[in-house]
Amino acid sequence: MFEGRRLILFLVFVSIGLVFIGKLFYLQLLDDTYEKAADNNAIRKIIQVPFRGEVYDRKGKLIVYNTPVYDVYITPRKAVVQDTNRFCKLFGVTRGYFDTITKQARAYSRVKPSLFLKHLSKEDFARIQDAMVDYPGFSITTTAFRTYQSIAFSNALGYVAEINPNSLKDQRDDYYRQGDYVGISGIESYYEDVLRGQRGVKYRMVNSNGVEKGDYKKGKLDVNPVAGKNLYTSIDIRLQEYADSLMMHKVGSVVAIEPSTGEILTMVSAPSYDPSLLAGRNFSKYYQKLALDPLKPLINRPPSAYYRPGSTFKLVQALVGQQLGIISAGSVFGHAGAPVKCHSHNTSHNDLHNAIQWSCNPYFYHAFRKILYDGTTGNTYERSAQGLQRWSDLVANFGFGRKLGVDVSNEKKGNLPTVDYYNKVYKGENTWKFSNIYSLSIGEGEMVVSPLKMANFAAIIANRGWYIPPHLVKGIGEKRTMDPFYKNPVSVGVDAKYFPVVIQGMQDAVLHGTVGADGRIPDITMCGKTGTSQNKKGKDHSIFIAFAPKDNPKIAIAVFVENAGFGGFAAAPIASLIIEKYLKGRVDRKAVETKFMNMNYLANVTYNRPVKKVSSDSLRK
Amino acid sequence: MSQSSGYMASRLDWWSVGLYALFVLMGWMSIYSAVYNPEAPLGLFDAAFYTSNAGKQLIWIGTSFVLIMFIFALDFRFFESFAPVIYGLFILLLILVPFLGVTINGSHSWFKIGTITIQPAEFAKTATALLLAKYLNDPQVSLNRFRDQWKAALIMGVPILLIIGSNETGSALVFVSFIILLYREGLPSEYPGLLLGGIFLFVSALILKPLTIFILLLIMAGMLVLLMPIYLQRMYQTYVKIALGISVIMSLAMLVEWVVNNVLKEHQRNRIKVLLDPDFDPRGLGYQVTQSKIAIGSGGFWGKGYLGGTQTKFDFVPEQSTDFIFCTIGEEFGFVGVAGIIILFMVFLWRLMYLADLQRSRFARAYGFGVVGILFFHFLVNIGMTIGLMPIMGIPLPFFSYGGSSLWSFTILLFIFLKLDSHRSDMLSR
Repeated sequence: MFEGRRLILFLVFVSIGLVFIGKLFYLQLLDDTYEKAADNNAIRKIIQVPFRGEVYDRKGKLIVYNTPVYDVYITPRKAVVQDTNRFCKLFGVTRGYFDTITKQARAYSRVKPSLFLKHLSKEDFARIQDAMVDYPGFSITTTAFRTYQSIAFSNALGYVAEINPNSLKDQRDDYYRQGDYVGISGIESYYEDVLRGQRGVKYRMVNSNGVEKGDYKKGKLDVNPVAGKNLYTSIDIRLQEYADSLMMHKVGSVVAIEPSTGEILTMVSAPSYDPSLLAGRNFSKYYQKLALDPLKPLINRPPSAYYRPGSTFKLVQALVGQQLGIISAGSVFGHAGAPVKCHSHNTSHNDLHNAIQWSCNPYFYHAFRKILYDGTTGNTYERSAQGLQRWSDLVANFGFGRKLGVDVSNEKKGNLPTVDYYNKVYKGENTWKFSNIYSLSIGEGEMVVSPLKMANFAAIIANRGWYIPPHLVKGIGEKRTMDPFYKNPVSVGVDAKYFPVVIQGMQDAVLHGTVGADGRIPDITMCGKTGTSQNKKGKDHSIFIAFAPKDNPKIAIAVFVENAGFGGFAAAPIASLIIEKYLKGRVDRKAVETKFMNMNYLANVTYNRPVKKVSSDSLRK
Repeated sequence: MSQSSGYMASRLDWWSVGLYALFVLMGWMSIYSAVYNPEAPLGLFDAAFYTSNAGKQLIWIGTSFVLIMFIFALDFRFFESFAPVIYGLFILLLILVPFLGVTINGSHSWFKIGTITIQPAEFAKTATALLLAKYLNDPQVSLNRFRDQWKAALIMGVPILLIIGSNETGSALVFVSFIILLYREGLPSEYPGLLLGGIFLFVSALILKPLTIFILLLIMAGMLVLLMPIYLQRMYQTYVKIALGISVIMSLAMLVEWVVNNVLKEHQRNRIKVLLDPDFDPRGLGYQVTQSKIAIGSGGFWGKGYLGGTQTKFDFVPEQSTDFIFCTIGEEFGFVGVAGIIILFMVFLWRLMYLADLQRSRFARAYGFGVVGILFFHFLVNIGMTIGLMPIMGIPLPFFSYGGSSLWSFTILLFIFLKLDSHRSDMLSR
C-alpha cells in the first residue's frame, strides 16, 4: 500500500534540492556583489606612509624635517572607560567632547575605529602612552608633519598639503589617494617623487570584530614602505635668512647664484610667510588667509614674477652688439637724435664703458638701431626683421624667453620678442620697424624677465660667457646624485674678449656711477648694474644685478624691489649688503643695514584687485 | 547479541554507511577550517587542539563510533519492544529539564552529566519516531480513521508541547517532519495538502496585503465556478460554500498577521522580517543572513580552496561551526561543493526510502520514513536559512554541524534504522 508515495516524496525532495541549487547558482555565479562584499569584510589594507625626505642647506644644516604626530582612534565596542573624568583629564579633552565623539563613533560603527583625537604632539603622546593599556579600544596611529628649522625659506621650498581633488583626478601614475599629502609648490613639488618615498601596503586579514588575524596570502601582496630621499640644497640658509630680513616690508625678490656652479645660494620672495602655519592642523585656516592676501605671499616670485629688465638689459645689448661686430668698446654715440632722455653725465667721450657706467639711454638707442640696420638689406621694415632675427638668436642664448630649467615648480618663460612675435603683434610681416620697437634697446617694451633669469645673467657676465643652469638641489639622497643637466656649462655664444669692457663699466657704475654711496662695499670690488623697470600702474620697480669679486667671482645676484623707484636706490644697497655678508661673513656697514631692513615700500605697492583686510599675524611683511 | 560481526557486515547497507561517513568527514573538515588560524595552525597532537571545536568534534565522532557499535550489539527487537520505555524516558527528561537543566547559549534545555552536556530534545524525535512506528505496526491501526490519527497526533503532541514549553520552537518544528512518515503510512493526502496550503497562506499573508489576497481569492473562485458542472452552478449552496470558504481563508490570513504581531516573540518576528526583506537591518538582525550569503556568494564556482576561506574563518558568520557550517563549504568549495552535497543528500534520502520500502515489518518501514522525514526537514531548514530562503532557526545540518548532541542523535537515529534494515530477513522469519 502507498508505495507510490515514495516517488511523490522524492519528487518533493528533488524539487527543493533544485530550488536550493538554483539559489546557490545565483548567489555564487551570477551575483558578484557578495564576492566584493567579502573582500571588504575580511581583508584590511593598511597603508604605511614613509617619512618624507628631509631638506638640508649647502653646509649640511637641517632646514626641514618631520615631526611625528599621533592620532588616537576609538573602537566603541572594545572601548571601556571606567572613570571618564580621569580619562578626559589625561587626554586633555572635555567631558562634552568625549561624549560627542564617542556617540559619533558608535553611530558610525561599533567595531571599526573612528578618529578620537587628532595630531597629538610627542609630549602629549608620551603622557598618555603608559596609560593606554588601561583603556582597551583606543589605538594610536602615527603620521608626520613638516617641521621647519628656518622660516626664511618658505616660498622656494614650497609646502605640503592634502592633495586637491583635481590633482587626484589628473595624476599620472595613480599613486595618490584622497587625503594623501603632496608637495604643492617649490622644491616640495618639483622633487615630490623623490621626497615622498614609496608608500607601503600591508594586507591583513581581520575578523568581524576588526581584530587582525594574520597576513593575507602570507604577505605575498605586501609592499614595504621606502623612506623618501633627503635633499641637499645649495641654499646658504644663513644668507637666505639675512636676505629675507632685508626684504622685510618690501615686495620683491633676491636671487644669488654661485657663478662657477650655477648653485643658487639664496632665493628670497617677499613678502613671505611662516611655513609652519601650513604644516599642521591649522592649514585650512591659514591657507585661506594667505591665498586671499593681495600681496600674494604664497607665490614664489624669483622664477615666476614678470618684470621688464630696464637698464640692466643694456649689458645684454653691449655684449650682443660687440659679438655681432656692430659696436665695439670704442664706439661713441651722443645724446642727439634719440627720443629717449638721459641722466646728466659727461658725454664728452661717450664710449661703451661710459654708457654702462652712467646707464646712457641714447647710447643704447643708437647701438640697437645699428644692430638692426647694419649690414641688412631692403627697406627699413625688412632690415628691422633681419636685424632683430640675428639679435634675438643671440639674446636667446642667455636664457631669455625660455625656461632655464630651475628645479622649483612654476618657472615662467618670460618674453623675448622675436620676428614672429612682432609679426603677430603688428598683424603681418614687414609691418613694423626699429622706430616701433626701439624701447627694447633699454630693456623696456615687450621684454619680460624674472629675477632668476637676471641673476643667471649676472652669473654669465661673472663667468665671462657661460653659465650652469641654476639649481637649488645639489644632491639627492645619500649618494648625492644629481641630474647632469645641472653640471654642464652652457655657452652663450659671446666671446670672452667682449666682457672686460662691460665688467669695467659695471665696476665703475658702482664706484662712481649710477649706484649711490649705500651700495658700495669699501673692501670688495663689486660689479653691478642698476635698472628701473617701468611700471604703468605705479612707482617703478628697483632692480640691481651684480657679481663680486670682480676677479674669480664668488657670487652673482639679482635684487628686485617693487615700487621702490630707481634701481640704484633700493636694490643696489640690498644687493651690496648680501654680497658683503656672503663674502666676509659679516656686515660692517651697520647703518646701511639698519636703514634698508627698516625701509618700507609697501605703501607704494599697487594691487591688482580690491584690497581685503588681512590680519598681520600670518604675514611677515 | 548473538550475531557475529561478519554477519552484521554482510547485511549492513554500506551505501548509507559510506555516505554517512563522507558527510561526517566533510563536516569535520569544515569545522576545522572554520576554527583554523593560519598564524597558529594546530596539529592533531597539540593539547590545545582538543579544546577547539575541531578537536572536540573529533571526540564526538569517536564516541559516535562507540554508539554505533553499541546499537549493533543490541538485539534488533529491542527497539520495537522498548519503544514505549525509550519514549517515556525522554518525555520524563523533557519534563525534568526546566528543573534540573542548565543553560547553554541562552537555551535552558540541556542536561549536564560531568563534562558532557546533552539536549533531550535532540533525542526525543528519535524516541517519538520509534513509538509512532510501533503504534503503526499494529495491523488494526489505519491512518484513515480519525481515532487513530488522533492517537498518532498525541504521540507527537506531548514532546512538541514540552519542547515549546522550554522555548525551543525550532526543535519543536522538527516534529512537523513526521507528516512524511504518516503520509507514507497512509495518512490521507488532505493533511499534507492542508499543511502546504497553510504554509502557502501564511507566506502570502505576510507578503501580500489583505485586499490583494481577497481579489486573488475572488478570481480563483470565479474560475472554479466556470469549471463547475452546470447543475452545481445553478445551486445557491455552491455560492454559500464559496463565500464561506473565502471568509474562512480571509480570516485565517488576518489571523496570521495578528499571530505574527501578537503571539510571536520579538526575535521570531524579526527573523521572519529578515526573510522577507533581505536588506532589513543588515548590521543587526539581518547580519547573520547577510554574512552567510556573502560567505557563500564569495565562493564562486570552484570556491577559494580548502582552508582558503576568508569569511568563514574569522567569525563573520555567527554560529559558524554549528548552524551555519554550510557557509564554510560554500565559500571554500564553491558551487561545485555545495551542489555536490545537495545531490549527495538527495541520493542519501533516496537510498533510505528505498531501504525503508524493502522492509517487511511496518515498524521498520515507518521508522525508516521517520528518519527520512527528520533528515529532510533539517536539510530543508538549515540550508534554506543559510541562503536566505528560510527564517533562521536553531536547526543543525545533520552529520555536518558541530555539536555532540546533534551528531550523536543523528547517528543514533540513522543507525537504529540501519540495524533494523540489516535484520529485515530475520523479521520475515519471525
